[in-house]
Amino acid sequence: MSKPLVFEKPLGMRDILPDSLAKQRHLELKLRHCIEKWGYEEILTPSLEYFDTVGAASATLADRMFKLLDKQGQTVVLRPDMTAPIARVVSSLYKDVPLPIRLFYQANIFRAQEKEAGRNAEFFQTGVELIGDASVDADAEMIALAIFCLQSVNVPSFRIAIGHVDFADGLLEEIVPDERAQAKLRQFLSDRDFVGYRHLTDSLELDGRSRHRLHALLQLRGGKEKIAEARELTVNGKARKAVETIALLWEALEAYGLTDYVLLDFQLTSHLNYYTGVIFEGYAADLGSPLVSGGRYDQLLAQFGRPAPATGFGIKVDRLMQVTAVDVPTSSKTLLIYGAANRQEALMRAQQMRSAGAIVVTRLLEHRGELAVWQEQADWTIIDLTEEREG
Amino acid sequence: MKQTDNLQKLTIAMPKGRIFEEAVGFLQEAGLQITSDLAESRKLIIPVPETNLQFILAKPTDVATYVEYGVADVGVVGKDVLLEEERDVYELLDLQIGYCRMMVAGLPGWKPTESPRVASKYPKIASRYFREQGQQVEVIKLNGSVELAPIIGLADRIVDIVSTGQTLRENGLIELEHICEITTRLIANRASYRMKSEAVDDIAQKFLQVIPRNQK
Repeated sequence: MSKPLVFEKPLGMRDILPDSLAKQRHLELKLRHCIEKWGYEEILTPSLEYFDTVGAASATLADRMFKLLDKQGQTVVLRPDMTAPIARVVSSLYKDVPLPIRLFYQANIFRAQEKEAGRNAEFFQTGVELIGDASVDADAEMIALAIFCLQSVNVPSFRIAIGHVDFADGLLEEIVPDERAQAKLRQFLSDRDFVGYRHLTDSLELDGRSRHRLHALLQLRGGKEKIAEARELTVNGKARKAVETIALLWEALEAYGLTDYVLLDFQLTSHLNYYTGVIFEGYAADLGSPLVSGGRYDQLLAQFGRPAPATGFGIKVDRLMQVTAVDVPTSSKTLLIYGAANRQEALMRAQQMRSAGAIVVTRLLEHRGELAVWQEQADWTIIDLTEEREG
Repeated sequence: MKQTDNLQKLTIAMPKGRIFEEAVGFLQEAGLQITSDLAESRKLIIPVPETNLQFILAKPTDVATYVEYGVADVGVVGKDVLLEEERDVYELLDLQIGYCRMMVAGLPGWKPTESPRVASKYPKIASRYFREQGQQVEVIKLNGSVELAPIIGLADRIVDIVSTGQTLRENGLIELEHICEITTRLIANRASYRMKSEAVDDIAQKFLQVIPRNQK
């Protein structure tokens, strides 16, 4: 690559200018208020973590992490998510704090080698983790809180797609005896390649009923009625247990009165086997990629030495910025101009105004021509304390 | 689930070029009210009156891009594009039109060379294929007239799609290896697949009705 030009930034890095940042901070504040009411406490962990600990436990592929060497020659990574660092804290500094633990974060995280526009390498996420509660009610709390968060920032139209990682897995294990075919079908599902999935199921030696059950999986996306359909496809075991969990979850969400926002999707699978139970993704109208992703990850904490069930979700604040209908409150600003003789009076007055909540810029005016720049901007009120006032 | 009018509107990306006519015919058969002169119009966004549909006409490789980014909800595109572009989209249906084969071709009497070179419009497919075959090759990306490469000595083989094989024959090339079959697919954006699930299912269902009729 040629030497960077002075205006260039590393791939995927962005500047956030005042107007956008004001909006982002405003959204983050609203999300924070929403989450705090549910008893979650904010935590912040370091930007750098060891590759061998947090890096290895993370759901992000190693080739998408920013890796560097510290002075001792250890490989460190810029945190690719906040979940693994929080698991580290809960298992170490917090190891004597009784479960369940409720934590939330608002932080920037880093994922490298995104090739195209709109794919940031550094992005902002607000998320929550509920550690030490294996119940369906904990899963429901995550989904409900995600919905209330999106409502708090006025996302006009959104849906949460909910699935369970064991459903497709269990169904394939029940029906397809050959493990290699199973793995391939699982891969097709996680690649969202239904054509490949259908072609392979057609070529397997199966009875008609089994083939029908495999094909029916591709229709399992919709409302409550899909629970009964899913139940019919499974004999028992893993997949059936997943359906029963989803049924209980639906009841819990009914109790919250939130099922209008929910789309059941039994095709959802987990990449990298990171999630272990209920998973969900939030989508908004006019946004091509998920706004929220979350789910249950009961294996992660054990990697840090304190085995515990856990669930959580993250909201991508950058994407939220594109769909929110929230108005950012604007405040009027005052420009106070003064001459050399009344500087003290002017500065005192400005300070009084600031104490009363106003935004005040002071300026020693040497040429009246300088005023033009300010007068052109509608949101400035000008108070003129110069001596040279004419007339 | 909550429904708003907006969630019923569907933008369909259609590929100009090789499979366009066949794709339009397919859509008409599926009962979508589109006129055959779609391509003659110079407009790139074409609303269909009295329906909730609009079409975007795009280069085939861009169809997958539009759908991935969500500016189109669904798209009609060849599997060749999907294999090459590796876009994160739902591949819902094999429409079984636009049939062709992805293959390796070269001059008759081709022999393995010391530093093999392959020319292709599909550099990713070519690299992946030869890697799976345990061969290290140098891939040269071309944007057209790929058949020329072996004749003028730019590469010793090519990877390209072939439907009748006529272009190959006219240029004195032969098929050496068959990589895979290519047909046209219906793809959907990840968010549209959820947010507009009813509308997406509806169109997939209409397409599904037509597919068996087209089966060879």
